[in-house]
Amino acid sequence: MEYFLTEQQKTIKGLARRLAEERIRPVRAELDEKEEFPWAIIKDLAAADLFRVFIPEQYEGLGGGCFELCLVVEELSRVCSGVAVSYAASALGTYILMDYGSEEQKQKYLPDVASGRKLTAFALTEPTAGSDASAIRTTAGKVSGGYLLNGTKQFITNGGEAELYTVIALTDKAKGARGASALLVEKGTPGFTFGKKEKKLGIRASATRELVFKNCLIPEGNIIGRAGMGFIMTMRLLDRSRPGIGAQAVGLAQGALEAAVDYTEQRVQFGHPLISLPVVQDKLAGMAILVEAARALVYAAARTTDSGVKSFTEESAMAKVFASDAAMKVTTEAVQVCGGAGYMKDYPLEKMMRDAKITQIYEGSNEVLRNAIAISLRKRKARTP
Amino acid sequence: MSIKIDPEKCIGCGNCIPACPFGLIEIDRGLAWIKEGCTFCGACVDACGYYAIEIGEIPAPTPTGDSHRGVWVFAEQRQGNLKNAAYELLAKGRELAETLQTELSAVCLGHNIKDVSQLIAYGADKVYLVDSPELADNQEDLCAGQLVALIREHQPEIMLAGATALGRSLIPRVAARLHTGLTADCTGLEIDTEKRLLLQTRPTFGGNIMATIICPAHRPQMATVRPRVFKKNRPQNRQGQIIKADFKREAVTAKTRLLSFVEDLTETVKLEDADIIVAGGRGLGKAENFKLLEELASVLGAAVGSSRPPVDEGWLPYSHQVGQTGKTVCPKLYIACGISGAIQHLAGMQTSDVIVAINEDPNAPIFEIATYGIVGDLFQVVPMLIENLK
Amino acid sequence: MNVVVCLKQVPGTTEVKIDPQTNTLIRQGIKNIINPFDTYALEEGVRLKEKHSGRVTVITMGPPQAEEALREAISLGADEAVLLSDHAFAGADTWATAYTLSLAVRKLGADIIICGRQTLDGDTGQVGPELAEMLKLPFIAYVSQIEEIAEGHIRVRRMIEEGHEVMETTLPAVITVVKEINVPRLPSLRGIARSKSAPIPVWDAATLGAAKDKIGLAGSCTRVIKVFFPKRVSRGEKLEGDLKSQVEKLINKLKEANLI
Repeated sequence: MEYFLTEQQKTIKGLARRLAEERIRPVRAELDEKEEFPWAIIKDLAAADLFRVFIPEQYEGLGGGCFELCLVVEELSRVCSGVAVSYAASALGTYILMDYGSEEQKQKYLPDVASGRKLTAFALTEPTAGSDASAIRTTAGKVSGGYLLNGTKQFITNGGEAELYTVIALTDKAKGARGASALLVEKGTPGFTFGKKEKKLGIRASATRELVFKNCLIPEGNIIGRAGMGFIMTMRLLDRSRPGIGAQAVGLAQGALEAAVDYTEQRVQFGHPLISLPVVQDKLAGMAILVEAARALVYAAARTTDSGVKSFTEESAMAKVFASDAAMKVTTEAVQVCGGAGYMKDYPLEKMMRDAKITQIYEGSNEVLRNAIAISLRKRKARTP
Repeated sequence: MSIKIDPEKCIGCGNCIPACPFGLIEIDRGLAWIKEGCTFCGACVDACGYYAIEIGEIPAPTPTGDSHRGVWVFAEQRQGNLKNAAYELLAKGRELAETLQTELSAVCLGHNIKDVSQLIAYGADKVYLVDSPELADNQEDLCAGQLVALIREHQPEIMLAGATALGRSLIPRVAARLHTGLTADCTGLEIDTEKRLLLQTRPTFGGNIMATIICPAHRPQMATVRPRVFKKNRPQNRQGQIIKADFKREAVTAKTRLLSFVEDLTETVKLEDADIIVAGGRGLGKAENFKLLEELASVLGAAVGSSRPPVDEGWLPYSHQVGQTGKTVCPKLYIACGISGAIQHLAGMQTSDVIVAINEDPNAPIFEIATYGIVGDLFQVVPMLIENLK
Repeated sequence: MNVVVCLKQVPGTTEVKIDPQTNTLIRQGIKNIINPFDTYALEEGVRLKEKHSGRVTVITMGPPQAEEALREAISLGADEAVLLSDHAFAGADTWATAYTLSLAVRKLGADIIICGRQTLDGDTGQVGPELAEMLKLPFIAYVSQIEEIAEGHIRVRRMIEEGHEVMETTLPAVITVVKEINVPRLPSLRGIARSKSAPIPVWDAATLGAAKDKIGLAGSCTRVIKVFFPKRVSRGEKLEGDLKSQVEKLINKLKEANLI
């Protein structure tokens, strides 16, 4: 389907695809098997200027928006979702700084992100606070010279690999959710350590770790924006980044669809290639429709996000929910349609199915998002005369 | 015909002086002067870096009238040992020389080369030998200089050399300096007796297309030939001359030095010399599976070879690679396991006496050139072979 | 560090067909690419520039469409490009090509000239050494690693059949590289942007001051008189029977022929 990309967008998409095919495809099975963080590919992404895609020009970026980011994530995810999320999570860890940071903070940190020299991560989730994000307990007590960070963050993508972390912590415990702030924490700050690397079902190339803060002193200049704005910034951030997860899901589903079509063309049973059997055609058609619908919705949400409208919570939530559900369906069906071979690690399908699950869970579980969409519907109904 | 020095361009550097095979140039009052006796060979023109020398007329193509005679072969040696390529070229050279009714000579550069007389046994009428310790490492600047000087002195009509690593690097430099044509990697050499021309046939586009090339108006007609393309004759009791030629040092000193050499020791039986080769391709799947081929090779006393994909994947070193950008081999028996038979690989082994192909894909191109083909899973067939042969 | 990289635009596949009537190549539908070995040469040049500061200029001799290859080279890190193009350059063999390139290199000036080992289409590997000869510069082929490079001096590792040699020579020099030397990078977004707007001058025979009798077909010492498809000798005897009996038959045949 034609999405009327500009020349620049086509260039970005083409380059991401080429990188994915030449550099990621040959190693994706090994990265998944060994749970190895794809540093070599991160360097390739950096050299290709792909980290500049989501940074404004005045900080050595190329000034792209959510849509351009989605194009890259989709292409990378088509080959390996684990690598794609490592890239996308670095955007996630940068947005709050980009949108609310001071000029000084942006000049200090953004060029390194744009050049790919430093990866970032976003740290909100804690053992007691997943979907219920407001239940976080990590504190950032005001002391002379800055803030003292104490607490634990859980399941942080790029944890341990990233140099720069945007951490949401309570600067004013008494105010609850309204007492949270966003702080920039650099790896290596005394009192900041990492827990063990998690072993996961899927996206195994991506590194997921606990962040442990024990009397970790953060300089005054590292609080982003105003104290107490942490949750508002977070909500806004997640709205911004959900189309990216949608793109991750779309890419994944696309890769699974292609692999399924390839296989069913070659595999001959009952004297015919599988793809000529109506039952298989029906499944493949269903998969193809889901992929395209998910893509169209994600692109629309991404463009809306970039358009400058004030609110896009509903659109980005819908895109993420639909695309992730589609990815789970498509990858599962792809394994099914490829039969025994689809179940074997020799083929990429089983990995794709394992990789898909997380897209329904993180960055706002689909259940929470559906709730949010429903609330949005009620609000709209209430406003309409 | 005329020759002149352009005083505007000549800076009196003197590079032309050693280039003249007849020693006719001298520098006087900051300019070069050419004395009587110039044959317009053009050596000084090429030596001049400032385009200051001009010969008044370009020699017209006179293939039957020109006076270059003789077929020459560059007999490459390494560390004192003549390479097989030399004997292979002599076999072909002998054939060409007979057709042209002229002499076959070998040119040999190095230091303390063993068994130089073998070159005569293998077909040469004359051997021009330049022996100097400075040539021991095949220093290319010096070798090029010797060859150019000898060729200008004796004016052969044809010069053949092996398309070895040295040949492909050294011989083009000689051809450029002599301002003559060079055809690389020839697989066929014939004579057009009417025009007294060497017809040089070579593969292009990875072997998909063959081209026949001539060098009508320049001499010598130069060609490099891949090792193992022509088969050497049996050595015979023959008469011939070994002529010791002087080592000539160029006015331009050789600037390139060899510091050290590291041999690739992973080959047990040398691939090029093996009578039997067991080769593997992408079908092997992974590095460890080459052990199976190594076992078969050891039972047969064979060398292990490879097509390009396993080398690219790093399953074994480049020295095992057979093909367009690897080695050319011509064993008595070549067993290709899990090799599809892409034309780039065939280029390196299709002249083998007997080719056995084992591949699951009945349509694999390798079966078209295999003497015997087994369509089957190599992981079943090879163990069976090993079992049966033990 | 002034680096000049010579590259050639070649057809993207060696699976080519000949038009039997005109005896010329049918080139339609085949994408043109930078000769793969030249991408290694370019990558090495760009790495030298990044490490030692300087400039990488790519040159190619070809028809106007060869400009695409030069633009691609810029997206891969080259600073400048020059296209050597003139009707008079057509039909050049390696000698005439090397001559034309040598004029451009002299005009540009270089500390090091890097070429790929050979091209996909011609496969001769001759232009590099012939170019060195015409420039009267030292030459080292099959470089697999530049170990050290400094003012006026270079030390490299190069591959030969038996293993590898470590050699040194003075700069300026000409080297050809093999694919073991590096892993060429992908283009970068900024490189692609630059390549679209970069001015690429075209130097013709007059600009280069080329001697008419040394360029193109006129300057070529060799001539192609015939082009044909190689005969594929079909020997193909596929053995019959189950695998076990095939193996037995094979061994018998090989024993009969005294091969094993």
